This record gives sequence, structure tokens and C-alpha cells, in this order.
Amino acid sequence: MDKIKVAVIGPGNIGSDLMYKIFRSRNLEMAMMAGIVESEGIKRARSLGIPVTTEGIACVVRQKDIKIVFDATSAAAHANTNSGLLKEAGKIAIDLTPAAVGPYCVPSVNLEQLKHETNINMVTCGGQATIPIVHAVASTAGVAYAEIIAAISSKSAGPGTRANMDEFTETTKKAIETVGGADEGKAIIVLNPAVPPIMMTDTIMMRVKDTSVTIDKIRQSIYDMVEKMKQYVPGYQLLVPPIQQGDKVTVVVQIEGQGDFLPKYSGNLDIINAAAIAAAEKIAGDMLMKGGG
Amino acid sequence: MEQQIQIVDTTLRDGSHAVRHSFTEEQVSAIAAGLDRCHVPLIELSHGDGLGGSSYTYGFSKRDEFLLLKAAAKQIKNGKLTVLLLPGIGTIEDLKKAHDCGAKAVRVATHVTEADVSAQHIEAARKLGMMTVGFLMMTHMAEPEVIAEEAKKMESYGAEYINLADSAGFLLPEDVAARVKAVKEAVSIPVGFHAHNNLNLAIANSLAAVEAGASYIDATLRGLGAGAGNTQIEVLAGVLKRKGINTGLDFYGLMDLAERSVEPLMQRPQTVDNGSLMLGYAGVYSSFLLHVYDAAKKYDLDPRDIMIELGKRRMVGGQEDMILSVAYQLKQQAG
Repeated sequence: MDKIKVAVIGPGNIGSDLMYKIFRSRNLEMAMMAGIVESEGIKRARSLGIPVTTEGIACVVRQKDIKIVFDATSAAAHANTNSGLLKEAGKIAIDLTPAAVGPYCVPSVNLEQLKHETNINMVTCGGQATIPIVHAVASTAGVAYAEIIAAISSKSAGPGTRANMDEFTETTKKAIETVGGADEGKAIIVLNPAVPPIMMTDTIMMRVKDTSVTIDKIRQSIYDMVEKMKQYVPGYQLLVPPIQQGDKVTVVVQIEGQGDFLPKYSGNLDIINAAAIAAAEKIAGDMLMKGGG
Repeated sequence: MEQQIQIVDTTLRDGSHAVRHSFTEEQVSAIAAGLDRCHVPLIELSHGDGLGGSSYTYGFSKRDEFLLLKAAAKQIKNGKLTVLLLPGIGTIEDLKKAHDCGAKAVRVATHVTEADVSAQHIEAARKLGMMTVGFLMMTHMAEPEVIAEEAKKMESYGAEYINLADSAGFLLPEDVAARVKAVKEAVSIPVGFHAHNNLNLAIANSLAAVEAGASYIDATLRGLGAGAGNTQIEVLAGVLKRKGINTGLDFYGLMDLAERSVEPLMQRPQTVDNGSLMLGYAGVYSSFLLHVYDAAKKYDLDPRDIMIELGKRRMVGGQEDMILSVAYQLKQQAG
């Protein structure tokens, strides 16, 4: 079967993990790994037989056959340089930085509406884990306020996350509102240095609007969403099933990573990458159906 | 040379936990004005978990903290109105708002091993012209040498002193001394200490910190604070006076203020109850206390069992959401 050629810019932890996920994809082909220096990530890709460049995006945009580009660099690089160059070159950008040049994408919630966009943003790891639950409740009983706490292991928080804690809280908050459907959102992130590292764990607390909707109906909607999540994030599970206290519904989820490149406790990195791959596969699938590959 | 100690009052911040974040404009006005009259140099006010802490997880503030800051700012003539900021909970936008409301100093707090998440916030605070403090929490969870390295990071971002917090009230006096000494040797800025009284050691530990070279000590009126509370400021003022250390504080004034303005609003006596003792014994973040009591009640469990499990799982400050998860799991196990 034909595959759509894709490139990854930024051969760090995220970029390398993406590469392994692309190897497993049924309709994506890993056609280039791009960096700006001869890094470990570049060497790794080369040793696996993948074309590499240290010219960065400049080399990627010259490759006519590459249709989709994952950007795992930084928010500044994506916003100031990469997004413009990719658009000019007619390539679809899947943005894993918090730049949010394009609309937020949480595949289990809004991928269908975004499949014609040329630049989509993958929000944050915490957003990918929690927004589906907010949406599941918002679509049944309405959500006036949703608050999420993402606890991740210190070892899985790279220098980019650490230098930009506010980008996480602010981006996640906005997406809880715009994609999740809560009137008001709040996001908190906590790093835990425990050894062995903790699995990514997220608590989602929501104030529902329509208290006449039964908890059983809300639960069913959440269970259905968890099943949808498992299709692209196999390690996604409910740690504490929905608890109701008055108009407040609490859900705790845990994400075990697939261990592609990053260890299994890095569920935070796994879920944002899995979401990016799910989005790219949808777009690639449509391209192949149209014979555009 | 006579040793000078600066006392930082955090009644209106750590004390906020003990009143479930219910402070009103009238209450903070009276307390801030009184502290200022007693020559307290730094007066900290924000949600107990720092700016932006008002939430399901940490408890909603009865009154918006920015309104409280404005009310306190009006009363403070000599001291510095100070806020706490935990990166991951509060943001630089919150800090700017607090600054607009009259905050002149900020303490940027991270878990003891995670100092690098504070770089962005410390730099932003310095740009705003605020006095900026690097604040390491849960210092019982790391060895002195590790803490020294983290303190150096905060110094490099622009922190003007390093505050070491025994957030679980777990440390013994010799542990406090070792930590203060290690940090003092590693950095060229002053060092401070923040105690919790869960093992009844707040005053002893504060003294150990002073003897080891700390020059800032946190305290609260009547010891109002998370868990068994903090170092009691009026007691500390008396003890340091006896020791011949100059704090510049009005000893009688603080006693009167504690009696008139804080005692009437206390929701429970600030003693070492069984839950608080377990926090200190198991090394659990003091702010967890009232949330643990709530979860124990909901699931009909012994709060001590929840504390031990939280300690075992090495939960850090800010993970109050996990109390419910742990209680739920303990209940399932119990059948």
C-alpha cells in the first residue's frame, strides 16, 4: 500500500519518539529527520537508514515528495520561521510546540473538523490527556468550570517544558475552553521527582451545568471517550472512575507510554506524539483516497 | 558583630490554609496594618498555594486574592507586601497583576529538586523591580549537597535570597543546620528558613537555622498555618530577644495583634493534632492536612493511613489531587 512521506524537524526526545511511531504507521513513511547540528538524534536516524539533514527546515521544504511535516522544535522557531516556510512550500504542518499558529487539535474530539487545515497544533501533553474527558462531560451535562492537574515525572520533563511552565498552563487552559467546551478552564502542572518515576497522572474536576443529567449518563459518556482514546493511546486508562459530589465530577486518568523511544513512564510525551500521529494518519488517509499521494 | 534577623510574616499566606482560604478585606487590612506597625519587614499574602491557587484542588478563595492584596497594600507603610508564586500553578500574568495591586516582593517556590522551573518567573520578577526570593519546598526530601546545587541555580536566575522550607515539618534541628550551612557555603546571597510545627520543633528548628547562619525566618501570628502551623511570630520575637538577637520587632505589639486579630478568626486550635503529627512523622506536605481529613471522612478511613500512603508514594507539594485517588484506592483494597 502507498504511504505518504513525512519529515520530522527537531531530533530530540519528542522527534525521536515520533520517528519510531511513524515506523509503525500504516500510511506514513519516515522520509527525513532534520536538525541543525550533528546530534545524537541525527546519528540515530541515520543509523536506522533514514535520510537526515543538519540544514534544518531549509532542506525539508526542498523535498517535493514530503507532504506532512512534524515540528518538534520550539514555539519561537515554529511561529517565526517554520510555519511560514512550510505554508509557502505547500506542506501540512503538525505543530508539537506551544506556538499555536493553527487551531488546537485533540484527535478524539475535533480531528474531523480540522482535516482540511494546513497547520494544526497539538496543544500540550496535559491537554491531550484531559480535554477528551472535559468534552465527554460537556457534551452530556455542560461544564461551567473544568480544572485539571497534570502530574508528570521530573525525568520526563525536558528543558523546554521546564523553561516554559506558563506556556503549559495557559495553552492548556485555553484549549480546555475552546476544544473541551468548558466555560472556564484552569490547568496546573506538577513535576514529581520520585524514583522510580511516576506514570503521568491527571485529575480532571468539573462543575456541571445541568444537574438533572444522571451520573450514569455522564459515566457512560466518559467510558465511551476512554475507548476512543485507547484507539490511539493504548496506555490510556481511568485510575479513578467518575466520582460525583454535588455538581462536581472528578475523574483521574493515567497514561502509560508505549515505550517506543522514551520510557513507559513518559506517558506525557507518548500521548502528545500519539495524537500527532493520529492527526497525520487521518490527513494522509484522505490524501491517499484522493490519489494525491 | 550583632546578628540581624529579618522576620517574614506569612500569616496571610500560609495561615490561609488554616482558615480554608476565607480571609476577607477587613481581616487582612487589620492584620497587615498591625504587622506593619510592629515593624515586620516582609508581609506575605496570597492563596496558601500561591497566586492562582484558588481551585477545587487547593480550595477556592472566599475573596479574590488581588482584592485582598489591594486592601493590604493600603495599610502597609514601611514593610514590603510579598506574594508567593509556584510555577505550574501561578503565572507571570498573575505576578504582574499582584505587582499592580501593590506587591513589592515575590517568593518563587519550587519542589526542592526542581529549581529550574523558576527561571522564567524569577527573571520576570526582577524585571518588574520586585524583591525576588528563591524558595525551595520539601527540603527534607533532598540531601544538603543537592539542595546547595538547586539554590545556586536560583541565585543564577536572579534570586536575592534563598528560603529553605521544611514543608512537611519533618526535619530535626541538626538536619536544618546542615541544610542552611550547605546552602550558605554554596551561594553569596542570604539564606532563610520556613518551619512547620508538626513535630513541635518550629521554634527549635528556627533557632537552629539562625545559629547555622540563616538571616531570614518565616513566622505567623499564633503560628497560623498548614498542618500544625508555622513558627509562632510572637514567641520567636520573645525567644530571639532573650538570645540577644535584634529583630526590630515590637514584641508586645505582636502579642496584642495575635490575640485581637488572629485568635477570633481561627477555625481550629493550632495544635499538634494526630493528623499533623503524622504529616511530620511521614514527611507529607503540611497543606494536605485538611484535604486528608475531608477524604478520610468521605471514604470512612483513618486519616493516618492516608498520610502514610501519601508519604510512601513520595507525593510533593501541589499534589493535593492525589489525596482523593489514594483514599479511593485504599477503600477499594479494604473492600
